[in-house]
Order: sequence, then structure tokens, then C-alpha cells
Amino acid sequence: MSSFEESLLEDPRPPAGLPAFAAEIRRKGREVFTNLGLPTTRLEEWRFTPLAGVAGVRFQAGDPGAPFGAPELERLAGPRVGPRLVFVNGRLRADLSDAAGLPAGAFAGSLARALEERPALLEPHLGRLASGSGGAIPALNAALLADGAFVHLPDGAKAAEPLELVFATVSGPAAISSPSRVLLVARPQSEATVVEKHVALGSSPVLSNAVTEVALGAGAGLDHYQVQDQPPSAYHFAAVFAEVERDARFHTHSTALGAALSRSDVRVRLCGEGAEAKLVGLYMADGKRLVDNHSVVDHAKPRGTSREVFKGVLDGESRAVFGGRVRVLEGAMKTDAYQMNSNLLLSREATIDTMPQLEIYADDVKCGHGGTVGQLDADALFYLRSRGLPLERAKSLLIYAFAREMVDLVRPAALRDQIGRLVAARLPDGARVLEAA
Amino acid sequence: MSPKEQENQPILAVEGLRARIGDREILTGLSLTVNAGQVHAIMGPNGSGKSTLAGVLAGRETAEVTGGTARLDGRDLLAMSPEDRAIAGLFLGFQYPVEIPGVGNLYFLRTALNAQRKSRGEEEIDAVDFLEFAKEKMKSVEMDPAFMSRGLNEGFSGGEKKRNEVLQMAVLEPRLAILDEIDSGLDIDALRVVARGVEALRSPVRSTVLVTHYQRLLEYVVPDVVHVMAAGRIVLSGGRELALELEKKGYAWIDEEARRGAFAEPVQVSP
Repeated sequence: MSSFEESLLEDPRPPAGLPAFAAEIRRKGREVFTNLGLPTTRLEEWRFTPLAGVAGVRFQAGDPGAPFGAPELERLAGPRVGPRLVFVNGRLRADLSDAAGLPAGAFAGSLARALEERPALLEPHLGRLASGSGGAIPALNAALLADGAFVHLPDGAKAAEPLELVFATVSGPAAISSPSRVLLVARPQSEATVVEKHVALGSSPVLSNAVTEVALGAGAGLDHYQVQDQPPSAYHFAAVFAEVERDARFHTHSTALGAALSRSDVRVRLCGEGAEAKLVGLYMADGKRLVDNHSVVDHAKPRGTSREVFKGVLDGESRAVFGGRVRVLEGAMKTDAYQMNSNLLLSREATIDTMPQLEIYADDVKCGHGGTVGQLDADALFYLRSRGLPLERAKSLLIYAFAREMVDLVRPAALRDQIGRLVAARLPDGARVLEAA
Repeated sequence: MSPKEQENQPILAVEGLRARIGDREILTGLSLTVNAGQVHAIMGPNGSGKSTLAGVLAGRETAEVTGGTARLDGRDLLAMSPEDRAIAGLFLGFQYPVEIPGVGNLYFLRTALNAQRKSRGEEEIDAVDFLEFAKEKMKSVEMDPAFMSRGLNEGFSGGEKKRNEVLQMAVLEPRLAILDEIDSGLDIDALRVVARGVEALRSPVRSTVLVTHYQRLLEYVVPDVVHVMAAGRIVLSGGRELALELEKKGYAWIDEEARRGAFAEPVQVSP
């Protein structure tokens, strides 16, 4: 292991009094990360995503007490619209959080506190989904396990309002790293919407490493959103691991707008009959930024459905990677799987490496994939300009028209509006463009 | 100039216009003058360069202009961007209007109008006032207001797209409208609506150029001048009767004559 990799394992504030299973997660994480080290481009899944830029920075563990108040929170994450938990450099900030509005019997709060007060609820799930095939970066996250969000929905609980989890990476003069962790346990027939917002304050480089584990019981439904809008000095890694039982439904929607490098890994296992997964992603990059979306959906039982739709807008010398793998395992007959990746390239220097992959080991299945890589349509551009729209606005309109399909798939209205505004804000004359929606 | 003075002044003046697509010269020295208050029809066989002319005047970049001049109210059109030409008062009705899902029809109309108003130093129209204004205009082209909440031309039939072009023209009230095959693919009802839209804009301070292959539209909109294009130039000009004659005789003889070099100079046919 390099000294850089060793520095990532530094933990100046290790949690005290962890239950044995949690201490074991940390130990195991350290062991796996020490063995693997950071991924290199020799690994198939990291072929187009060099981490050399990250390795050039000396990161310190982020201080959970870093100054971050209500005004910064509102500026970066928008006003609070429902229950909200706020984490600064990985740890809950109780003074900024308010979980009121959850259904009876549900819990949403600090993972550290839950480990103290109700370890039995966490033990069956924490670290289980993210271990194994998760790879080095989730292992690094596990090695530093201290706090995060724990959400538990009892049988049949229906959350009326979206629960918002804001993860703020706050840097001072020094570059910092910050792990964050989410465990969502939805018991049978429960339903909820959970929104993760990943933001950063400060202009020093930050490395945010987010791991989300989701366990959905039979017939449960979860709408999960991730919004990543970090400054161009950020390196963002997000991994989502979900296990979906019989007739349960997992929808995950990612909006990746910022960061020098933004890597998302989603692994979903449909492990009950009739389970459903939907993976939706919108990514935008410009300059020399890189955005990478990888996913693996395993169909392990019959009659499962999976849908994947990812759309990207790439400008400048930016680069995007899409690696979508669907595996239909033996016995998973009547599987219905489809994946699609469409890209709009706004410059000649922007590139996309798109690799949809279907592996089918079962009979009687319906699987497909599609995708496009294109430029702005010259005829459409001329049409808009011929009516007096300035070139820049005509371009922005067409870009937004391409992206809005993904925005429209956001169900909570306030979040949809917010994501729409964030997307438009990255386009010339964006405020005007938004009126089109 | 007052409207009275503007009458009979040239709005559009094209001189010796040449343009090519790749190695092929499509416009071969075309001249055309359209005065205020006039409706002109440009007819001609397929491939004579009619649509290229319409596109070049509106700033479409598929053809490269290699010579000649084109002026709108004395201003050099060819030096302007497509949006500046629109703001200067030129409107191109598309033969194939583009479908743009994700851009709302009504929003687009208002944005287009406000872009033009703003650049003329006029106040922008807000969404509420515009809706009232647009509803009136929609009625005039017999368009179902439900279409306005759809994406721009999204899922419109051929006829609906053409009505939408006429609606845009009615909203923008251009100084010069060039309508490229606005009649193609229309049934009689739609043709009447389109014709009414063109007639509604007939005014001493505006002019219209109808580019068409068939005489049919000219039964509903009576042109002041009819031109015939062949091999990239206007070879014959005359009154309405010229259109009827073409209808009877077809275009073959024009091509034939052109090949024989009969139209070295444009021919003026007097009624």
C-alpha cells in the first residue's frame, strides 16, 4: 500500500464503545482496503476512470465540528420541506436535523446512536450488503465506520413525506476526506421516499465516499434519490447496494452534476419473485471532468423486472463512462430487463465509453438494451433560431429538452423543481430555459 | 417612413444570388424584388432550387452562399445570423417543421415573440396576457388549444404542423414571410385555413413569398406576381395566369427551354 492509501485510513476520531459486529466491520474494511488498495485502470470496471488525480492530493479526515450553519445548509440543499437529517463530514448534526413527520414506529436518525441503543435492528444488515463484491472504496468506507443515517420502517409503515438526508463535506484550507453511510431497512409492505443530497462547502479538494445499503422486505417500496452537486474540486464516490425481496420495488434516481470525478456504483439483487428495480440517472459534465456510472442488476428469482435509463450531457473535454450489467441468473425465468444509455455530446473533445452488458443464464426471458450518442440536432437548432431565439438559448433549450425526461421522473414535486433548477443553472441562459418545463 | 410611403418600396431585394451544396451549384445567379404589400409566388419543378432559396434567405447553413446580395429593407441579410434575420422581420414557414419534444409549444411561441419584442425595445408579454393573445390566434387557424401544452410539433400530423407554422407567423407578424411548400400534404380544409392565415397578413407594409410546386394554393391566395424557377434562377415572371399556364402545360417544357439556353435573361410575361 502506498503512503497515500495509508493516509486515507487515518482516523483521528475513532468511535468508542462500538458493538462487536460494528468493530468487526471496521476491521474487515481495513483488511480489504489494505489488500486491494485503490482501484487502478487495470481493473475492467475502472478501465476508463483513472484515480491518479485523487492520489495527488493529501487529504485529512474531515472535522465533524467544521463550521456549517443553517444559511449554508439552505443555500446548498434548499429549504427543508419534510423530515431532514444533516451530516457534516459524516456525522449527524442534531441542531440542523428534524425528523418529525415520520410514520409511527419508524426510525430515522444517527447510525452511531442506533448502534448504541438498538444494535439488534442493525446487526442483520449493516455492512452485509456492501461487503464481498463491493470493492476497495466501500471497504475504505467500512474501515472508517462511525456514523451516518439509519432508517428503519416497520411492517406496513407508509411514509407520507420524503425523508431528506443531506451530506455536507466541509473543508477549510486543507483538503479533506469524508465518509458517509446510509442503512435503509424497509420491512415488508412498508413504503418510503428517501433523498440523499451530497453537497460540499469550501474550495479545497474533498473526497466524499458514500455507501448506501438498502434491504427491502416483501412487498416494500422505496423511491431513492441521489443528488450530487459538488464544486469542481471534489472527488465523489457513491455506492448503493440493494437487496429486493419478493414483490418489492426499488427505484433509484441519480443526478450527478458536479465534481472533478464522480463515480457511482449501484448493485441491486432481485432476490424474491416478482421484484422490481428501476435505475435512472442524469449526468452532466464539462471542462475536464469525469462522470462514471456503473451498475449491476442481478435477477436471482423468476418474474423480476428491471429498467435502467441513463442520460448524459457532455461538453468541453469531459468524459463519461457507463457500465451497465444485467445478469439473469439460473432459474430467473420470465425476467423482463431493459437498459438504455443516451448521450448528448456538445463538443468534439467530449467522450463517452458506454458498455451495456446482458448476461443471461435462464430461459424464457425478455431482455434488451439500447443507446444513442449524438450531437444537438442542426435542423432543430435552425428552427429555433429562425424564430428569433439567440443561439445560446436555442442550444440550452435543446439540451434541457433532452435532459428533462430524467427530471420528469422525479416524483416529489419540490425535488423535481429543485433538480430542474440545478440542471438549468448549468446551461447558458438557464433561468429562461426553465420556463419551458 | 410612414406606411403610405413604404408601399411599393422593395422589402426584399435579391441580386445575382449564388449558392452551392457541396460541389453542386444550386442557385445560379438569382434575382428577385418583392415590394411592400405584394404576394409573390415562386413555382418551379423539383430540384430547381426553390427550397434552397428559402433556406438561404433565412440563414440555413446547408447551402453555402458564393455570390450575390440579398437585402431586407436595405439591410444585408447574408451578413446576419438566422435569429437576427427573424428579428429584422423575416419569417420562414418550414416545409418540414421540426418536432422538439421537451420544449412546450406555447412557451416557445411566447419566447420567440418576446425575443423579437425585446430586441426592438418593446416590453415583453407576460404568460397570462400571452395566453389570451395566443388563444385568439389559435382560433384563427382552427387549432385545438390542447396542442399548446404538447411539445413543439410533437406528434402533430402534417396538416397540424403546417397550421402551427401559420400560427407562429400570425403571432410574430413578420415584415416578410417566406412560406416553403406550406401547401404540401394538406387537405382542402387545412389549405383554406393556411390560405386565410396568409390573407390575414396581407397589408401594405408586409409582403409574402409563397414557394410552391402546385397551382392549387394560388386558387385561395391570389398572388400579385408569379415567378418560375429553373436550374437555380428565376426564368419567367408574370401575373396569375402564368400559374394557370404552368398547371396546364406542366414543367417539362421549362426544363427543356432552360437546357436550350432560352432563359439567358429572365423573361417578363405581360398579361
